[in-house]
This record gives sequence, structure tokens and C-alpha cells, in this order.
Amino acid sequence: MANFLKKTIFKIRLAIQIAFTALSNGYVMGFLKGKIYQGPGKKLCLPGLNCYSCPGALGSCPIGSLQAVLGSPKFQMSFYVVGFFLFTGAILGRVVCGFLCPFGLVQDLLYKIPFFAKRKNMPGHKGLVWIKYVVLALMVVILPMFAVNAYGISDPWFCKYLCPSGTLFGGIPLIATNDGLQQALGGLFIWKMSVLLVLLVWSLWVYRPFCKYLCPLGAIYGWFNPIALSRFQMDKEACIDCKKCKAACPMDIPVYAKPNSAECIKCGKCLQACPTDCIEVALWAKKKDESRDSAES
Amino acid sequence: MKKHKIHPVFWLVAVCGLFFMVFGVWREEIVILYQKAIYICMECIGIG
Ligand code: SF4
Ligand code: SF4
Repeated sequence: MANFLKKTIFKIRLAIQIAFTALSNGYVMGFLKGKIYQGPGKKLCLPGLNCYSCPGALGSCPIGSLQAVLGSPKFQMSFYVVGFFLFTGAILGRVVCGFLCPFGLVQDLLYKIPFFAKRKNMPGHKGLVWIKYVVLALMVVILPMFAVNAYGISDPWFCKYLCPSGTLFGGIPLIATNDGLQQALGGLFIWKMSVLLVLLVWSLWVYRPFCKYLCPLGAIYGWFNPIALSRFQMDKEACIDCKKCKAACPMDIPVYAKPNSAECIKCGKCLQACPTDCIEVALWAKKKDESRDSAES
Repeated sequence: MKKHKIHPVFWLVAVCGLFFMVFGVWREEIVILYQKAIYICMECIGIG
């Protein structure tokens, strides 16, 4: 099982990314009529950054849902959405990012276009990765909870000012097909389109810049990587310290030292690059390794 | 040292997650979420 997974993970990953994005945004009538799906599926959260105002979306965005509940006058905490993060994170960790997120797929595809000289990271990468935790704390939690109007309602700050998924999958298809919305365009749309364009061009050059530096959902799922069912384990005795895993990793993780880094999106490139097979998915680890020490971080 | 295929904390987090979700449904958070999700979110699409 482990060997099969290792050899085919790239093809499987791209196929799952495309299939999951298409299926979870499969309400075709929405795209044709410039409307959104209103069925019971919207009571459930999708795992990735999937705007609920995408005309095809069959479920809800968990980050949008969290802001909606925190920003309502009735609740100061969303047990439903936090519970969804705990449950999904415990099972998948950032497998969601590698396999199930539409905006992750967009960035993956853009990075494949041979347009700019590619680089993995921005200068100052180690510091920049912390920005996503600030975005999570400030734009998803603190401002929606406390920056309320006279009726106790607040804006969804992340959705309104930063989220590129809403502009790309919601704004553009809806505005293209809905005359009423076209009449209402203004400065905010110019701002959001500018943010989206910067991120799309940035993704041609750097691997997944939004995921690395800005995404609050990636920040949340990253916390679960060390305990998730998808976690990796290192066979330290088999490791020959060649560092080929780090060279292959698009998130630039020293896998030999931090096999379950919060930055890992579980793309599997390190599994394939390792010449001694010492990185394994713990769930599928071979029996012979069971007596050896784990390098669990 | 014994290696675990499934991390012991996994069960705690997954079960807590399930309880939280059920509690959230019980106190009707879903009504707010659903109301937000079935109408076009003007902030999300950049209209305001
Ligand atoms: S970091 Fe965010 S945008 Fe990137 S794949 Fe994960 S959820 Fe999607
Ligand atoms: S550590 Fe491995 S699975 Fe994780 S992002 Fe890097 S190459 Fe992909």
C-alpha cells in the first residue's frame, strides 16, 4: 500500500484536486443563471477555502462560516465550526491543502506555467510564514467578534478585504452573469480584484504564496499535522542525511528534522525523493520499523 | 520506544470535534451559517 501510494501520489493528487473542486462546486445552473445554490448542503462546511458565494458551491466555506457566527449578535463562539476544524484537522491535517482546496489547486496550476524563473520562497520566508497567524487572529476572530455596529453585527473582515477565493470563484462568475451586481461595482471590487491579481501573478513566480504566508485556514490545519491520521514518521536510523527531502519539498521543509511541520501540505514529494524510504505515512508504516524511534516533532 | 500508527491525541481531538459540532447544531448556530450561505455574500464578492 505504502509503495503504491508513493509511486502514484502525484497523479492521484492532481486527479483528486480537480475532481473534488469540480464536485464540490457542481451546481452548474448557478453559473448559467448568475445565482447561488440554496439547498441543505449549505449547512455543511467544505474543508477548503471554497467561497459559499461561488455559483456552483454545494457547501459552505469554513472561514466564512466562522466569521458569520462570530459576527452575529447571538453568538460569541462557534462550536459547530471549531468542532469541524478539530474533526477534519484530526483526520486530515493539511491534506486538505494538498488535495481538497480549490485555491490551492489554482496556485499549483499557475506555478506549473513556465513563465517566470521559479523560486520556492520569498526572502525572509521564516518570518513571513507567521503573517497567516496574524490574519487568522485579527481578520477572522478578533475584528468579527469585537468590531461590531450598533446592532451587534460585524463585517466578515477576511472575506471582505483579503479572500482571493471569494473574488475568483464568487465575484467574477456572478458579476459576469448578473446585471444588477454589475451596476453595484465600486472601490471595494477594485481593491479585491487587485489583491487577487497580485496573488495570481505571485503564484506564477513563488510556490503557493497565499498558502505559505496569508491563509488562515492553512494556519489552522497546520496545527493538526503532528497528530493527524495523515502524519508522517521518520526512521532516523535509515536516514543518510542527504537532505533530498528538503530539496524536493515545495514548502522548503527540513523533513528529516520536522516530518510534521505545520507548513507541510502533504503533497508527498519528500516521500518520493527519499532514497532510503525513511519518511512514511505513520498509518501505513511497515512493521519492521515499529521498534525504531520516531522522530516525531 | 513504541511507535503508534495513530497518535493517542488523535482520538481526543476527533471526539471533541464531534461533540462540539453536535453542540453547535443543538444551539442552532447552523441557522446563522445557513442564512449567510444561501444569499450572495456581498463582502465576499467585493461589493460591500
Ligand atoms: S493554505 Fe488555504 S488556500 Fe492554501 S490550500 Fe490550504 S486552505 Fe487552501
Ligand atoms: S514535507 Fe513532504 S509532503 Fe510535506 S510539503 Fe514538503 S514535500 Fe510535500
